[in-house]
Amino acid sequence: MYFKKEVIFGNPMVSTSYLPLLVLFLAALGFGLAPLGLAWLWAHLVSPPKPNRIKNAIYECGLESRGDAWVQFRSAYYLYAIIFLIFDVEAIFLLPFAVAFTGLTAGACLSMLIFVLLLVEGLVWAWAKGVLTWS
Amino acid sequence: MAVEPKLNIELGKQGVFVTSFNELYNWGRKNSVWPMQFGLACCAIEMIATTMARYDLARFGAEVFRPSPRQADLMIISGTVTKKMAPQVVRLYNQMAEPRYVIAMGACAISGGPFKQGYNVLKGIDRYIPVDVHIPGCPPRPEALLHGFMELQKRIAAQPLTGEGRPRHLDEEGMAEFPVPVQGAHDLEPSANKLVWPLPAPPVAEAAPKTGAEG
Repeated sequence: MYFKKEVIFGNPMVSTSYLPLLVLFLAALGFGLAPLGLAWLWAHLVSPPKPNRIKNAIYECGLESRGDAWVQFRSAYYLYAIIFLIFDVEAIFLLPFAVAFTGLTAGACLSMLIFVLLLVEGLVWAWAKGVLTWS
Repeated sequence: MAVEPKLNIELGKQGVFVTSFNELYNWGRKNSVWPMQFGLACCAIEMIATTMARYDLARFGAEVFRPSPRQADLMIISGTVTKKMAPQVVRLYNQMAEPRYVIAMGACAISGGPFKQGYNVLKGIDRYIPVDVHIPGCPPRPEALLHGFMELQKRIAAQPLTGEGRPRHLDEEGMAEFPVPVQGAHDLEPSANKLVWPLPAPPVAEAAPKTGAEG
């Protein structure tokens, strides 16, 4: 069966124009991998690992580490995030809303009110939780 | 030595550079010693001065003081080692990467110095860890530290990778762990690492007077 050469392999002039890209890609790969390979070879040749208990211990400025590093932190920060969202981010949305208010359709106005109400709900929740009282 | 020095010079005149793997490795190593960033007493002030622009330890490739023993080659014991501090120093030495070197800077680090009689002063850090270069002085001037550092570079350059005198980490039976002393009732226990202390006596051949000197 006879096929035109260009149909199968594409235009030979077009395909060779990608060859420099391939060469560059391989060069870039070699540029990254060669130092890593050399470092690995070097380390295995002249620096065999000799681990021990003290060497593998956690570095703590020469002191022995005490206790567990997996301590839990109280994540009370979300309250500040909510308050920030209500008072700061809402203002950013309210400004274009106020500017374009006269030209808005009823649907757009309603959806914006729902958005504001959602944020107000957050404020009510925070108020009820006593976040706003400074102790 | 792979190439004889004279032949090496002749080849150099012809524009041919010949070296061995060992020499190349040591050349790179001695010019990139990274000291550990810690000071113990007044000698540390002189050590800091050595790193600054006037004396400029960076000329020798050793300006990168690392705050972690994992990245450091060289420990400069700069000052009095108290018995409270000694376990920490030995532990830090253990945590350093091999091959590692120690410079005992000043009289205190060598022997306890003027505080030798103190109940809380360690009488020389080489009771626990092997010291490569001792620098006398109280405190040694920055020039003295530079000289000590150059002596260390010479030692590194002369270190073979195989056979007798190879670095500890390339030796299968070489010591890897140096025991950290603990605080006992009256003193550190043990009071010295028996494998590194007392230091070996200097070779007799050097100490003996030359026979032909009298004639």
